[in-house]
Amino acid sequence: MTFKQMFTSSIGKKLVMGLTGLFLISFLIVHVSINACIFADLFNPDENGEMFNKAAHFMGSTVLIRILEVGLMAGIVLHIVQGYMLEMLNRKARAVGYDKPMGNVGSKWYSRSMGLLGTLLLLFFILHFSHFWVPARFTHQGLDIPVTYNGVDMHDMFGLMKVTFSQLWVVIAYIIGCISLFWHLMHGFQSAFRTVGVSNNRYLSLLNNIGIGFSLIVSVLFALMPIAMYLEWIG
Amino acid sequence: MEHKNINVKLKVWRQKNSNDKGTFETYDAKNISQEMSFLEMFDVLNEELIAEGKDPIAFDHDCREGICGMCSMYINGRPHGPWEANTTCQLHMRAFNDGDTIVVEPWRANSFPVIKDLMVDRSAFDRIIQAGGYISVNTGNAVDANALPVDKAKADAAFAAAACIGCGACVAACKNSSAMLFVSAKVAHLNQLPQGEPEKNTRVLNMIAQMDKEGFGACTNTGACEAVCPKEISLTNIARLNADYAVASLTATK
Repeated sequence: MTFKQMFTSSIGKKLVMGLTGLFLISFLIVHVSINACIFADLFNPDENGEMFNKAAHFMGSTVLIRILEVGLMAGIVLHIVQGYMLEMLNRKARAVGYDKPMGNVGSKWYSRSMGLLGTLLLLFFILHFSHFWVPARFTHQGLDIPVTYNGVDMHDMFGLMKVTFSQLWVVIAYIIGCISLFWHLMHGFQSAFRTVGVSNNRYLSLLNNIGIGFSLIVSVLFALMPIAMYLEWIG
Repeated sequence: MEHKNINVKLKVWRQKNSNDKGTFETYDAKNISQEMSFLEMFDVLNEELIAEGKDPIAFDHDCREGICGMCSMYINGRPHGPWEANTTCQLHMRAFNDGDTIVVEPWRANSFPVIKDLMVDRSAFDRIIQAGGYISVNTGNAVDANALPVDKAKADAAFAAAACIGCGACVAACKNSSAMLFVSAKVAHLNQLPQGEPEKNTRVLNMIAQMDKEGFGACTNTGACEAVCPKEISLTNIARLNADYAVASLTATK
């Protein structure tokens, strides 16, 4: 049994999906927490994104986090590539389909549509990366005028968000992205734990409920960000 | 219950052999007693086809009491038909109404090639069992019941898993044609008992290797298999198999 044999077996491939999925879930907690700092504007009229800009600056300027960012990118790529490979393998296992498909008997539509939901998320990521990650790391487009807090120049990520989310089509695209994320997590969260081997029914039902709560809270919080900016609740 | 005879229209998959492309044929099953089983209805239809000089519809069956796992029809978009925790032979015509059209298809999976009509080759399951679904010791005479302590909860879980009849409905129902519910039941049956424990790791590795070789898809935990299983094998067995596989593959010495 080599590691190659392990990770190329059907369970091993699923293990890669489950482990990278759980890693990406842990990243979502960090991402949504930091971005939720924009809502500090609701409570402080002089805020103008200060808490969020500082948090974003901390993430961009801390060495450990930049190293983790490389791991994160590797995790995303692995999750996507392995996901598509599994989807193709699984589709190939039945060359002739049924005249009457089973539909929703015993399974949820979103559990059967992880490939489609993942593809929608991938398209959303391309848009999302081009809006924020690429300018923040490389091109600095739209970030020419820095903001200064306590004498330190920082990227005005809050300002970039405001400009980006002033376009209606972008807001709609982000909401579609958040809806895809919600359904992807609804299946992925609990399925990942099953795949890594949690077989205790007490924990499985607990994790199922936590998964529903997590999917809902994360997706709604993310969706509220472009909505709040477009409707000028903040900023 | 009121006794009734009904007429139904059957849309049945006909395929001469594994190389034939196959097509649906429509038949009228007339004056069918609702007390007949689904297979008995096919027997009646086949008698008529034979009398007309036509080729009868080939289908798998054996015990006809829901315990052998031979019957295998995919009826109206569901393996073993509309009833819960049921085999095709135990499905009765009272599940249907007069004038219904019933679509009958074989199990669909590349690993279960059609032999003829509604019969599929499920020997892939036999080969998975041959790879590790056994205990390689001479068990000898039955030992004293108290000589080998077994935890009650584990004994119950192993017994529930041992109820698997290997019919293949899980594969037929799964969008990925995954055999994980079947394999997990066989593994859960043996790995949790003291007799199966010594070969736990090699069993899991060999059975999964064979399962992959047979071309079944990977499990994505959709739960369709559990919903159609005539023996109500739990999806939890798959999670347990995943854990057993991770431990076995990480601790293997060669």
